[in-house]
Order: sequence, then structure tokens, then C-alpha cells
Amino acid sequence: MAFFEMARIAMGTLFRRPATRRYPAVAAKQMPLSRGHVTIDESRCISCGMCMRKCPAEAICVEKEEKTWKIDRLRCVVCNCCVEVCPVHCLFMDTVYSPALTEHAGVDIVNITYVKPERPAKKETAEEGSG
Amino acid sequence: MKIEEQNTADIELGALIGRVEALKEAGFRLVQIHCTKLDDRLEINYSFDRNYEFQNLRINVGIETEIPSISGMYWGSFAYENEMHDLFGVQVKGMNIDFHGTFIRTAKKYPFREPEFRGEGPCQER
Amino acid sequence: MSRKIVMPFGPQHPVLPEPIHIDLVLEDETVVEAIPSIGYVHRGLETLVAKREYPEYVYIAERTCGICSFIHGMTFCQGVEQIMDLEVPPRALYLRTIWSEYSRLHSHLLWLGCFADSMGFENLFMNSWKLRESVLDVLEETTGGRVIQGSCKVGGVRKDIPDTVLERMVEDLDPFESELKSLGEVFLKDNSICSRTKGVGRLSRKDAYDLGAVGPTARGSGVDIDLRKTGYAAYKDLSFEPVTSACGDCYGRCEVRVRELFSSVDLIRKAVSNIPQGEIEVKVKGNPDGEYFSRAEQPRGELVHYVKGNGSKYLVRSRIRTPTLTNVPSLVKMLQGCELADVPVIVLSIDPCIGCMER
Repeated sequence: MAFFEMARIAMGTLFRRPATRRYPAVAAKQMPLSRGHVTIDESRCISCGMCMRKCPAEAICVEKEEKTWKIDRLRCVVCNCCVEVCPVHCLFMDTVYSPALTEHAGVDIVNITYVKPERPAKKETAEEGSG
Repeated sequence: MKIEEQNTADIELGALIGRVEALKEAGFRLVQIHCTKLDDRLEINYSFDRNYEFQNLRINVGIETEIPSISGMYWGSFAYENEMHDLFGVQVKGMNIDFHGTFIRTAKKYPFREPEFRGEGPCQER
Repeated sequence: MSRKIVMPFGPQHPVLPEPIHIDLVLEDETVVEAIPSIGYVHRGLETLVAKREYPEYVYIAERTCGICSFIHGMTFCQGVEQIMDLEVPPRALYLRTIWSEYSRLHSHLLWLGCFADSMGFENLFMNSWKLRESVLDVLEETTGGRVIQGSCKVGGVRKDIPDTVLERMVEDLDPFESELKSLGEVFLKDNSICSRTKGVGRLSRKDAYDLGAVGPTARGSGVDIDLRKTGYAAYKDLSFEPVTSACGDCYGRCEVRVRELFSSVDLIRKAVSNIPQGEIEVKVKGNPDGEYFSRAEQPRGELVHYVKGNGSKYLVRSRIRTPTLTNVPSLVKMLQGCELADVPVIVLSIDPCIGCMER
């Protein structure tokens, strides 16, 4: 039988700094690899829709005609899948977590500003955003 | 190179109880029972294990066929058999603890028979 | 002459962190029968194979449960790799082993905390979870996720751990182990804990085997089932012995888990010292055609992922048999004849993970 083993541990914690942090006031722990939320570089997206097809949570929506890229932050499970499959590497994983929300919002709509560069005038220029 | 040998024996429904009894005598433990729906027939796998030696029995039955319960040999099989009944609608006869479809409380009866997915609309409206 | 009354226990209960409902039939203070029912978090994840291609299904397999997530992903990948006869590079196998053992550490520490909480030992609960936080930090630093690692893929792993980080991880294990020792002392020798666990929830060796118990539930009764002995991932190169205890009660199951923490630490050290250099993934071409029962050892016991493909990119069936489902019959047997006050301790002693169990 061990006597006062727990008392020793409990007394030890009295003289240490708190093990927790006061979260909203103090920033959360972050590592360089942490998966926080997905960001997009709208000037490079070619609206191919690969991220939309591969997303396990169906959180991403790419509208080719309207040139928008939508993500539902409450559906996104932050799995890094879209970042891996993007053919032009325009998606990035930020290390900051999405903030808490008090109402069902969180659909971020990004207007894609990518303009397909003009090919030298040999053939007809294709429709924009074919990927 | 396989990590483990997969010994699968396809057997008739009538031979199931005899084969399971033989395995029980040989000291196998029940690993799992599960169902796979192939078109309009069900494939039911019974897996056993003894000292990391894997043995699998498989029966192929129609969707409405009543199958005998093996809970006489393996008392703990009621969890799998009730699960099969609740998700696929397999009629199992003679379970030791029959929940009559309340082991897994699902909103829809036999949901895995005809799984429904949200429609094919635009991604976020699904 | 005592009357029988039926008392519902769960799915919401102050000491039960899991949504399982048990109808307890009581005579005075003694439980004579326990009837479990589940289905509160049934999501039907297995049917999603028809909608997700098999490389994306790994993400769903990982999210079956938050505590054993890495091992779910690994077992599913293992099944697909075995069907497609992929040779996974040895470094990837070692990395999988290291992450599996870290998962085991975090799961067992979480369980020890919950177990202490079920007896009302709040201080010990906090201390266990404080220790667990350092394990989660390592996981986050190496994979990017605290709980859902997402670093396993069909054909290897997604992320490599640099050698300098591996060395530091092993150095950090020394202070971790010394803290673990003093915590383990409390769980195994403290008077109040012993009196709450010794002789409670008896499960004989024969019952454990016949009812199909796996993992610490079986090993706590002296049945040495440990799927790591089959030599998946890198376990074939690492020598280790399953931890068993002959007690067969809640104390025995607690002892197995405490001692497994130390064996996991040893396994991590061995794996890091033997890790080979080289690639971490192979290119995957084609689709799986065939079936495989992939088995691995989760913190809770033996996990079976049945994968069946028909040559298209959508699998026909993925069946996840989690350890908790097969431990439920043992739980029902254990509850018969116990005191009402011991029910939370016994239910927690099998380490229930209902999210896994219902998929």
C-alpha cells in the first residue's frame, strides 16, 4: 500500500504554474503543422472543382459561371484533403482555428479573380476556367 | 505477402450450425458476424479466431431467409445478430436476447437495405 | 421479499461520458440483470463507401471515433493495401507504429482519468489529463492534428518526422515516464482506489474467452489476446510481450492499462532506434478488387476492418467491427450481481467507446 502518494502529487501541483491557459484571452497553442482552417489564394484558382469533388464533408462549392469559391466552415472537418488535391496549389492550411460562432453562419464566399492568360493567337481561346 | 492468411469457407445455410459447433469445440472464439448486401442477396460472414489463426465461414442467402442464431454456442453473438436484424432486416431465429429491433434505435427501419443519401444537388444544399 | 425494479442508466449520466443506455433490473441494491441498448450516435458511416472513393474514405474511417482515430485509419489502409498487394515502405510502417503507440498512450491516459472520475477522484482525473496533454502536443507537432491525426493514407503516410524531432521525442519520454510512474503508483496502490476496484466486476478467464472479450478486458482476466503479435506494421521487428493480469476484476483491467503505458513507451523507444531511412509512400494505381479482413490492436482491443472491392473506385462494403461491440456481452455478464454504486466503475472498466461501436 502506498500512503500519501496522491497527497504528494497534489501538493506538488500547488507550487507549479497552472497547467492550463485562459483560452480566449491567451492564444491557443499552435504548431507549424497544425490544421486550423483552409484559405485560398483567389488569384490562382482555376475553378476546376477538384476540391469540391474530393471533399469528404461536402463543405466546398465551386461555381464556375459565377466564379465563386464557397466553403462552409461548420461543415469543414479540416482534413487537409483539398490542399493536397489542388492542381495549382492555391489552397493553404492556416494554423489558426476558425473562431466560435453564435449563429449558423460560416459560409465564406470568395470571388475568384484568376484570369486565364491569353494564349498566343494560334487557336481560339478556350472558355475561361476550364481545368 | 499477406499479413494474415484469410481462410474463407463458403458453406450452405443448413451446414452452418454444425460447422460453428465444430469450431466451438476446437476452442475458437467469435470475432465478428457481418452482412454484405449484394444486389438482392445477402452474404453473411462468421469469423472466428484461435491463437491468431483466422477462420471465416460464409453463407449466401436470400434477403427474406430466416437464419438460425448461433447464440446457443456463443452467448455473446446477440450483439452482432441484433445489429444485423436492425440494420439489414435479417430475420434471426432463436436469439438468446432478442431486442426486436431496439438494439440500435434507427429512425428508419432497416436503413442499410436501401441506403439513402442526400440528393445530387449543388454541394452545400444537399 | 424484495421487489424488482427497473432503473434506466444512461445515455446521459453524471459519471458516464458515453451515450449508452442500460436498463438495470434491481433487487434492493443488487443488479440482477442488465439490458443494453445503443443507437444514440449511429451515423451509418459504413454506407458512405458507396459515395466516397476509397482514398477519401480514409478520412471517414479516421473519424469513426476521436480517441482511436489513427488506428482506424491505419487498419483501413492496411486492408486496401493487402487487397492491392502494395508494398508499403518500411519507414512508413515504423512511423505508423510510433503514432499508434502514441495514440495508445493518449487513449489509456484519457481512460485512467475517466476511471478516476467515475469514482469521484477529481484530482487524479485532472492529473491524468494533464499528462495526456503532452502526448497530444507530440501528435499535433508531428501530424498537424491533436486528436484526428489524418496522417495515414493508402500506400504509406502523408508526413515524415525528421530525425531531430524523433530524437527529441525520445528524450521527452524520460520525464514523461517518471511522472507516469508516480501516477501509476496511485492507481495500483492507493487505498481508496483499491477498495473501489478490487473484487468488483469479476470476469473469469473462461467467460472472457467464451464471450469474445478482447483487449484489456480479456487481458485483465488472463487471456493473452494481443493482435500486435500478428506482426502488422513494424511490430514484427519489435519484440514485446502482451501485458496480462490474473485478477479478472476492475483492478486487473486497470493494472493492465497502467502497465501497457510503460510497454508503449518502450515500443516507441525501440521503434525510434530501429527506424530505417527511405521513402514514406508508394504510388497507388488501380482499384481494389477482392476482400480482406484487416485486424489491428486498438487501445480497447481487437479491431476488424472488412474491406471488399469490386474493381471500381467505390468499395462494395466496409465493415468496421470495433472492440467495444464485442466487449458488451462481457459487460452484461459483469453487471449481473454487482452493487448499484459500482455500476459506473464496471461500465467504465471495459473502456467503452460508443462512437466507435455504433459507427
